[in-house]
Amino acid sequence: MAGHDDHGHDHDTHDDGHDHIPSEVVLRVKALESLLIEKGLVDPAALDALIDTYENRIGPRNGAAVVARAWTDPAYRERLLADGSAAIAEFGYTGRQGEDMVVVENSATVHNLVVCTLCSCYPWPVLGLPPAWYKSQAYRSRAVIDPRGVLADFGLVLDDDVEIRVWDSTAELRYLVLPERPAGSEHLDEAALAALVGRDAMIGVAKVSLPGAGA
Amino acid sequence: MNGLHDMGGMDGFGPVVPERDEPIFHAEWERRAFALVLAMAPHGKWTLDGARFAREKLSPADQLNKTYYERWLEACVDLMLETGLLSRHEIETGKPDPALPRATPALTGEAVLPALMRGSSARVDADIAPRFAVGQRVRARNTHPTGHTRLPRYARGREGVVSIDHGVFILPDTNAVMAGQSPQHVYAVRFSANELWGGRGNARDCVLVDLWDEYLEPVGD
Repeated sequence: MAGHDDHGHDHDTHDDGHDHIPSEVVLRVKALESLLIEKGLVDPAALDALIDTYENRIGPRNGAAVVARAWTDPAYRERLLADGSAAIAEFGYTGRQGEDMVVVENSATVHNLVVCTLCSCYPWPVLGLPPAWYKSQAYRSRAVIDPRGVLADFGLVLDDDVEIRVWDSTAELRYLVLPERPAGSEHLDEAALAALVGRDAMIGVAKVSLPGAGA
Repeated sequence: MNGLHDMGGMDGFGPVVPERDEPIFHAEWERRAFALVLAMAPHGKWTLDGARFAREKLSPADQLNKTYYERWLEACVDLMLETGLLSRHEIETGKPDPALPRATPALTGEAVLPALMRGSSARVDADIAPRFAVGQRVRARNTHPTGHTRLPRYARGREGVVSIDHGVFILPDTNAVMAGQSPQHVYAVRFSANELWGGRGNARDCVLVDLWDEYLEPVGD
C-alpha cells in the first residue's frame, strides 16, 4: 500500500493526440494528475466520467427542451416560472450547479440577461459548461454597467423602451432565461421548437428566430 | 476581499468576443484540470465557497494572465497544500511521500453520475425568519471584509428593492473558511441602473443581485 514501490512509475505519456512540445502547464497538469492518482486521492475512472458527462451528456439541448415545453404547454410554463428547480427536474435535469433554479421570462417589454460578475456561475444541468466569453473579463465587467453594449456585441439591439433586467448570480441560485417564442412558429411542434433554441438565447444575449427570418 | 475577481462595472476589457462553434474544452489538459478539481472536492477538505475564495486569493497578475482552468488548478493546488492533502515536496518531486499513508479516492468512477445528478444544494431547511419583505426598500451595507464575500462592490451602499425572497441558504463568508453555515435568507434585490451607475446607461434598466440577509440594512432609519 505504501507509495514506495510506485517509485519507478513512468509519468511520460504521449497519447493525448497533441504532437507539439507540451507547454509548462500541460506538463504540470500531467504531473499533478499522476501524483494524485499515485497517492490514491483520485480515481482515474472518475476523471474520465466527469469529462464524458460535460463533454457529451449535459449541454444546452437540455435547456432547449425545457423552453420548448414551456412554449407549448401553458401549465408547464406556469410551473416553470413558479418553481424552476421542480419543473426542470421533471425532465431529470438536476444536480450540480443547478440545484436551485430560477427561470425568468422575456417579453415584448422585458429582456433578461444573466451574468456572474464575481466568478462564472452558470446553470450546468440545463446549459452544460459555460462558453469562454461568459467567463471572460469583458463580459463579467460590462454586463451590469453596459448591458446594451454587450448585447450589441452579439448583434442584438433592443428598443430603448424595453427594460433590461440583468441577473447577477452572486448566490447559489442559477438563472435560465425563457426566451420569447418567435413569431411564425405556430406550426412547429415541441421537438422542432427545441431545435431552434440556442444557448445564447437562454443566457439572454440572443433572441430565438426562425431559420431564414431576419433578426 | 476587494479583489480583482469583483469585476462588475469595470471598464477597459474590450468587447465580448464569442467564439464560433466553441468546443467544450480547448485542449486535453483543460479536460484533465477540470476533472481533477471536481474529483478533489468530495474529499470534503474545503467547500465550494472555499474554492472560490482560493481563486480570489490568486495574485491579481495571475488572475489576469492565467487562463480559466489554470486558475482553477492553481487554486486547487493551494487548497491541497493548505489542507495537507499534498506537500510542497510532493509537488516539487512529483512523487508521493512514502511516509504518508495511501489515500482512498473520494469519488469513484461509478459514483460520478449519481453525485452530479444529486448535486449539493446550499439551501438550508431551517425555520429562520426573513428580516426583509418583498417590496421593501433596502440598502446593501457599505462593508469591505478582507475575507470571502458575495456582496459585489458595485452594490455596496446602494439602495434597491427586495424583488424575490429565495429562502434560506448557507452564508459563503463563513462557509468559505469552515466557520459554519450561518444560514439566512437570500433575496434578489433590484437596483436601478441610475442608482448603480449614476445616469450612465438606460434609466429603465436594472440589475438584480442575490444578497444575503446580513448584507442588507433597512432604508429610512
